[in-house]
Amino acid sequence: MTLRIRRAGLVAATVFIAACSSSGTGESSDKTDSLTLVTHDSFYVSEGIFDAFTKETGITVTVAQGADAGTLVNQAILTAGKPEGDVLWGVDNTLLSRAVTNKLFEPYQPKGDTAKDIDASALALVPNFDATPVDRGDVCVNVDRGWFETKGIKPPAGLADLTDPTYKGLAVVQNPTTSSPGLAFLMATVAAYGDGWTDYWKKLRANDVKVVDGWTTAYQSEFTRAQGGTRPIVVSYGTSPVAEVAPDADPATATAATDVLTDSCFRQVEFAGILRGTKKVAAAKKLIDFLLSDQFQGDMPLNMFVFPIRSSVTVPPIFANTAVLPEKPLSLAPAEIDANRETWLKTWSSIML
Amino acid sequence: MLTRWAAVPPVIALAVFFAWPVTAIISRGFELDGFQEVFRDGTLARVAWFTMWQATASTALTLLAALPLTFVLARYRFRGRAFVESALVVPFVLPTVVVGAAFLALLPERWKQSVPAILIAHVFFNVAVVVRTVTPLWRQIGQRPLDAAATLGATPWHAARTITWPMLRPALISAASIVFLFCFTSFGIVQLLGGPRRRTLEVEIYRRTAQLLDLRTAAALAVVQLVALAAALVWTDRRNQQPTAAVGSLTATDTAAAARPMVLAAVLLPAVAFFSAPLVALVVRAGRWSTIFHDDARAALWLSVRTAVLAALLATLLGGLAAVAIAEGGRGRRWLNAALILPLGTSAVTIGFGFLITFDEPPFDLRGSFILVPIAHALIGMPFVVRAAVPVLQAISSRQRDAAATLGASPWRVWATIDFPRLRRSLAVGFGFAFAISLGEFGASSFLARRSGPTLPILIGQLLGRPGAVNRERAYALALMLALVTALVIVSLERLSPSESAGNQR
Repeated sequence: MTLRIRRAGLVAATVFIAACSSSGTGESSDKTDSLTLVTHDSFYVSEGIFDAFTKETGITVTVAQGADAGTLVNQAILTAGKPEGDVLWGVDNTLLSRAVTNKLFEPYQPKGDTAKDIDASALALVPNFDATPVDRGDVCVNVDRGWFETKGIKPPAGLADLTDPTYKGLAVVQNPTTSSPGLAFLMATVAAYGDGWTDYWKKLRANDVKVVDGWTTAYQSEFTRAQGGTRPIVVSYGTSPVAEVAPDADPATATAATDVLTDSCFRQVEFAGILRGTKKVAAAKKLIDFLLSDQFQGDMPLNMFVFPIRSSVTVPPIFANTAVLPEKPLSLAPAEIDANRETWLKTWSSIML
Repeated sequence: MLTRWAAVPPVIALAVFFAWPVTAIISRGFELDGFQEVFRDGTLARVAWFTMWQATASTALTLLAALPLTFVLARYRFRGRAFVESALVVPFVLPTVVVGAAFLALLPERWKQSVPAILIAHVFFNVAVVVRTVTPLWRQIGQRPLDAAATLGATPWHAARTITWPMLRPALISAASIVFLFCFTSFGIVQLLGGPRRRTLEVEIYRRTAQLLDLRTAAALAVVQLVALAAALVWTDRRNQQPTAAVGSLTATDTAAAARPMVLAAVLLPAVAFFSAPLVALVVRAGRWSTIFHDDARAALWLSVRTAVLAALLATLLGGLAAVAIAEGGRGRRWLNAALILPLGTSAVTIGFGFLITFDEPPFDLRGSFILVPIAHALIGMPFVVRAAVPVLQAISSRQRDAAATLGASPWRVWATIDFPRLRRSLAVGFGFAFAISLGEFGASSFLARRSGPTLPILIGQLLGRPGAVNRERAYALALMLALVTALVIVSLERLSPSESAGNQR
């Protein structure tokens, strides 16, 4: 028995040492030929995507990932000037103003071919080039088409229909005080109805809309596409239908089991920026350029469910057929969002909670 | 006294990795205005009140649910006992987002987004804390003092009240305070099952810190939280001061008797049904089993296991030392006991943000380093080791030690032959808990940027954050794998702690 314990101790000690030594290799960021990309937990890329960048520039990229976008930006603000890494991916237009005001970034204007066809409305959000737009998409109301077909009910056609008694008790949304798609949907109603947004929510409440903590509960538990879900209308993304295609369907002709209410879509643009305080500005600029490259932009759609920020980058057929990117989405100016966010949340809470 | 120095390493660890970062983040936002706002704002008062009473109610219910199980496991010997004990730890590693989904699937519609849903889930998560902290001690009390009492004419009830209860009380109070802290800082369960109307201090501190960057209010709330907890801890500790362990000496052996089938069935069947229901709900929803060995899952599992082994080793080492110092007594005892448990009652976001602004200067720029995650986990695991070990250490009669010393044993020899055999099982229990907690930990891990890739719970969270049946089914399959790995590890630990098998010392 003692022997066994001793052996267990030996194994444990070995693991300890192995663990410590491997943490040592993780801290190679002091070398000039390596960069750390700080990002949120929804950042997904293909294995080895940075290999081409390393081959071309000699710079290796380590991804440091944690928390949601809001937390990420606030953590970066707290450490502004003494950053955790060199480049940050994942500030969206609802958080942009806060990031810029707090001087999070070292401005950089990408030039060259890959910068020529960046979405103009996204570029307009960063007139001083504090950060670079890297992807776009929308938060939209999604509808389970099959559910409505089975019940013989006409699915809702737009935002206004959600207050119609036909759809009483059928919608689930996220709490905007704890969820970023929830916040985007609240802003969609502000953008669509102006001051009338409070009345709209009162009607939604009367129509028995369900509020849950976050996207995962709404989409993976309450939405009818999830086993046991009871609500066929959910706030999600314009790209969510991509994942609602039968696995054996032909990508070229596939259709999704869900539809998007295009008039409910609120534009989300994500930005990447060079963190102020990094000593590797030159290398960081190269990484930003790489994030705009055809290769990286083309890798994003099926991994992160977002559209390339550059109009000339082609998306995979299944994405082109099922994801939605409205021409004229709802939007609000970043400064307006920053100035009113807390008031909107308080008002919303007093109506809905 | 040699043993008093045992307190030094745990105190240093607490100071560097808890007190310093928490002080740093609180002082960033510390303003008196913040407190005014907290006390003026009716919402925040309501949040504080709700946090308090749901934690109290959850703890009471957990104790109620745990006692029959503890009784059966401590007093009866039956086939599969070790398995039941091990399986109880499984809820600890299941990510709250997964258990939440399972409960959402099981609960009737009117109970979703309700307080009963929160309480039930808290019982599910925490019964193991009580059972596993109290069982080793109860088992070691044995039948002999009860037989003696019966001989002297005491009824079984009287014997239970005057012998068993006083001996168990310290362990019960220890376990209860851990359960209370867990429920006090409950985040995912309250959010998922309580609905948007119900917020705890933990949720509010997260919102203020991570979402709104309102450090002023967050700091005030964190101070309120810490002061309330410290007061509650010192109070329970004082209640726990009455002499407890003098009733009899403990044996190092398993004193369980043969089981009575009726009692066993009455206790175990409902328990098995309750604990397996969410797991069954997961099995039904899981799929894509072939993908659980994909590269990302394998890497995440390996990282999680490494992290958990390291965290559990740290927690057992530091917690064991702290337990020795606490059992020794002395002035600092109560403070150390309370200080050790504070990390459990502190928001993950407070600690996470604190780390971020504390360890930011080379050569101690630990941000993004692998090591911060196991350290944060070890802080959470330490109190389990301490609270499993201290009651056992305190209950060892000093007469036994004195007798050994009189017979010429060196202090080390005394420790090795008297203390350690009795302690070993508690340390194994504590190690198992620390391991399981680390394996399933989500909050602190998610706030620390990781260059090492996601741990398994984080990967599960990421998968559930993406649309489509593929990701959903995979997430549930991975959660089941996490449960399985934990059960296996805990069962192996039981085998390593031999007080189960040898019954020859009586």
